[in-house]
Amino acid sequence: MLGVREYTRVSEIRGPLLVVEGVSRVAYDEIVEVELPSGEKRRGRVLEVNRNVAVVQVFEGTTGVTTTGTRVRFLGKPLEIPVSEDMLGRIFNGLGEPIDGGPQVEAEERRDVNGAPLNPAERDYPEDFIQTGVSAIDGMNTLVRGQKLPIFSGSGLPHNVLAAQIARQATVRGEAEEFAVIFAAIGIKYDDYLFFRKFFEETGALNKVAMFVNLADEPAMIRLITPRAALTLAEYLAYERDMHVLVILTDMTNYAEALREISAAREEVPGRQGYPGYLYSDLASIYERAGRVKGKKGSITQMPILTMPNDDITHPIPDLTGYITEGQIVLSRELHNRGIYPPINVLMSLSRLMKEGIGPGKTREDHAAVSNQLYAAYSRGVELRSLAAVVGEESLSEVDRKYLKFADEFERRFLSQGVRENRTIEETLDLGWEVLSILPEEELTNIKEELIRKYHPKYRGRP
Amino acid sequence: MPVKGRIVRISGPLVVAEGMRGVQMYEMVRVGHEGLIGEVTRIRGDEAYIQVYESTSGLRPGEPVEGTGAPLSVELGPGLLGRIYDGVQRPLPEIAEAIARTAPHRRMFVERGVNVPALDRERKWTFHPGDPDTGKTLRPGDKVGPGDVLGWVQETSIITHKIMVPPGVRGRLKSIAPEGDYTVTDVIAEVESDGEVREVHMMHRWPVRVPRPYRVKLDPTEPLITGMRIIDTFFPMAKGGTGAIPGGFGTGKTVTLHSLAQWSAARVVIYIGCGERGNEMTEVLIRFPEYKDPWTGKPLMDRTILIANTSNMPVAAREASIYVGITLAEYYRDMGYDVLLVADSTSRWAEALREIAGRLEEMPAEEGYPSYLASRLAEFYERAGRVEALGSPERLGSVTVVGAVSPPGGDFTEPVTSHTKRFIRVFWALDTKLAYSRHYPAINWIISYSAYVDLVEEWWHKNVDPRWRSYRDEAMEVLMREDELQEIVRLVGTESLEERDKLILDTARLIKDGFLKQNAFDPIDAFSPPEKQFKLLQMILDYYKKARELVEKGATVAQIREAVGRLYVEMAKAKFEVPNDRLDQIDELRARVLKALEGLEARLG
Ligand SMILES: Nc1ncnc2c1ncn2[C@@H]1O[C@H](COP(=O)(O)OP(=O)(O)OP(=O)(O)O)[C@@H](O)[C@H]1O
Ligand SMILES: [Mg+2]
Repeated sequence: MLGVREYTRVSEIRGPLLVVEGVSRVAYDEIVEVELPSGEKRRGRVLEVNRNVAVVQVFEGTTGVTTTGTRVRFLGKPLEIPVSEDMLGRIFNGLGEPIDGGPQVEAEERRDVNGAPLNPAERDYPEDFIQTGVSAIDGMNTLVRGQKLPIFSGSGLPHNVLAAQIARQATVRGEAEEFAVIFAAIGIKYDDYLFFRKFFEETGALNKVAMFVNLADEPAMIRLITPRAALTLAEYLAYERDMHVLVILTDMTNYAEALREISAAREEVPGRQGYPGYLYSDLASIYERAGRVKGKKGSITQMPILTMPNDDITHPIPDLTGYITEGQIVLSRELHNRGIYPPINVLMSLSRLMKEGIGPGKTREDHAAVSNQLYAAYSRGVELRSLAAVVGEESLSEVDRKYLKFADEFERRFLSQGVRENRTIEETLDLGWEVLSILPEEELTNIKEELIRKYHPKYRGRP
Repeated sequence: MPVKGRIVRISGPLVVAEGMRGVQMYEMVRVGHEGLIGEVTRIRGDEAYIQVYESTSGLRPGEPVEGTGAPLSVELGPGLLGRIYDGVQRPLPEIAEAIARTAPHRRMFVERGVNVPALDRERKWTFHPGDPDTGKTLRPGDKVGPGDVLGWVQETSIITHKIMVPPGVRGRLKSIAPEGDYTVTDVIAEVESDGEVREVHMMHRWPVRVPRPYRVKLDPTEPLITGMRIIDTFFPMAKGGTGAIPGGFGTGKTVTLHSLAQWSAARVVIYIGCGERGNEMTEVLIRFPEYKDPWTGKPLMDRTILIANTSNMPVAAREASIYVGITLAEYYRDMGYDVLLVADSTSRWAEALREIAGRLEEMPAEEGYPSYLASRLAEFYERAGRVEALGSPERLGSVTVVGAVSPPGGDFTEPVTSHTKRFIRVFWALDTKLAYSRHYPAINWIISYSAYVDLVEEWWHKNVDPRWRSYRDEAMEVLMREDELQEIVRLVGTESLEERDKLILDTARLIKDGFLKQNAFDPIDAFSPPEKQFKLLQMILDYYKKARELVEKGATVAQIREAVGRLYVEMAKAKFEVPNDRLDQIDELRARVLKALEGLEARLG
């Protein structure tokens, strides 16, 4: 790569973009340093080069930038961050620079934040069951190591509490080793950040946590870098240092909004709701940085959090996320308002990697069947509940009324649990059987006879 | 003389180069010092607009661009089966090896600028002259033309790879290699025409955007049996047919396509992962070599080729991956095989098209898609079909195409879904509500359709049971009627319905639980042979018909359910409790059900 080159002909400033003329041999995606006449320095990167004109996106925004006296230095390399094991226990800004007053990071290596796509032929399939201690997840939407499983939430819903509970309780059974946690705050409010920080401090986990923080009042363009910086460190720790890393990205809605802003400034043809047509590929370049790799001990498990605008799951951000991630945990305002924690809408939730992580030797032989039956029965119960609201319970058959009772008990006993309640998978499955036993046995059409005989409370303890 | 120019502009996957006069539209070019692969998509004056199939990060104006003189092509020859390629047919395991040679710790990443040929140049294959089926052997002096079978190679345990005279080569056979071991680039034959001698190798190249020639296209006649009940019985696919499977996220497109790739009665399967998850390709790659092809008992991977452009890989290669895949499919069709191509997801391909069109500043039509979206879709699905191949001996082959569609927000009125519908004959519509209640496969039986029902009827009647069509139609009627009744139930509940209608609800539930729902991960239920499909349906409908008789005689549904007792749930579970080689158990269960009902009949007097 070429060394540093400096230019001063800024011809246009538009939103977060600078147009610089008279440049030569500027590289696409190259990183730049913008020096204001005041001496203030900002960073940016090249979005487009056309002959001797470069379009530069300024991370900290263009407020106060002038066309005269501004120096733009092209640094001849892509955006890199130093990576090192010592970064655990530290707090960084959204570009990966320490903000905790500690020393500069002694880099073991510097890496391009954009990473590179994992070769599907080099991936290993995720299949190690993670016990989160949360029944709705472990029993019905099982998380496995190396999975990307987002939380779809809404403003005011307890997604932070749930994410923290998962981070605290997550273990792979039979292994003592804990997860290293990388936390990326993407345009979140200060109190949300404080919640996580305090949580990590209190649990004594801080030395296994690295935080990358871009707050709501900080420059929006940095949000495009923050999750990538976090994942760059995660990849290093997982694939070079054999660690199991849990990456929490919150809030991906803020990320997508920053992307929309830059797209609008570039006057691109917008896709749905003004988001750029490449939102899918762009999100994928983040979410796909999870998984396991052949011959490597470590793994990256991703838990992105996003708030659905107007609780609308068809909004482009949750929609495109769901098309990329390996399932989703959907929180429900209705359950939350009824005081149920965690307010997980299990019907809308899904874990696509569940089937590989459960069963004999991993969880229990009845796991898949119990889960299928709980789904089938609960969805019928919920359907009948809305029917009963119209026609009255007495217009339902006897069996249908049992389904109503089942749905209530499912929510009250299986779904609900304490913020500090950590259930084993056996406890979760046994609870599942208990609520299923409310239904007549003939209704358990998803479960093989053999398993009913073995696990149904009615037969338990009998030969 | 290849064209040589230099880069003037870089914007994402789009590069503009000047000094490109003489370059052809869709010519493959090498971009920059690293020689990245690109394709010319527009020419203006001496400027060429190039979509680059690798990351353009770090490219600079002034770097060289070189033409290759040929359009983007694939390599065709023995050694394709069992492989995984990227969107422009680079073998992914070899890319990892190549990277590992210089940077061992980065072998898991796909880095750019790695050039590895699709077909192994070192590997030797045993070439046998003559046609493997008829034994017909060509001799020097014989007149030969495209598609004539020169010989064969045992490519995998299942597939005999026919070495054919490539399209465009015609004349007198001057020489043909004797039986022996050859690489794909060794000369296997020479063909002389007008004094000019053309060498024929086991490998040749074909431009991906040009359909391979055939003699005639024929109507499909046979079903492509998939082992999925709702598909084979209600919405059948035909060999050489086209289908789409649209659905919101998590509704079961990928699982269905995996099942098709795993179980269907195709001889060769091309699986294109187009802008989807890396782990889904890995899953196929890890599992298929372990799984057995249900029709031959050999490893599934021996009939499979994977094309992977995952969602985080360069978007331009996504656009190309579909064409790479269908060209491979046509090649095996030309040998006389029934090929199944599945593409997951065609929406990502369309979005790649949209992104590139946007960078070219083309006028967008609906939702930003270029105006030629529909014609591109049509061209793609037109490459499916059952054909009589070129050359001799005569042979029939087919390409069946099934594309997943991922509509934003699950809305089927969006452009990709609605245009696709115009060009396909089978529509398996996935329903988010069914998926939420874990009714899998979540194929909605009210809005799905297949244009091949009449056409496959004969096959079923000949091979399974002559009553197939009447049972199928009657079951469909029950389901339709139930759908109407649900409207009423929503207003008044179930208790006030007439017994007749209650029976419809009861039976529809049995059809859903005992027939339509099918767990792709259950060792027994994942594949349902046609005989089993028929017997299950027959059992449920015979129960229904007998029960209807009793209801007409005054029995209530409650009485009927009481009379059959646990047999009802046994009927619902027969699909996974009855092993596929013990279908007599279904007949026996059916007999017990009917007997229980006769008992009731006797008691009613
Ligand atoms: N036939 C089936 N049997 C059992 N489970 C199924 C079946 N079909 C779908 N599923 C379940 O639904 C989940 C989602 O299915 P799948 O991954 O195929 O969805 P998709 O439509 O491809 O979604 P996306 O568009 O996001 O890729 C699977 O992980 C599996 O749990
Ligand atoms: Mg899918």
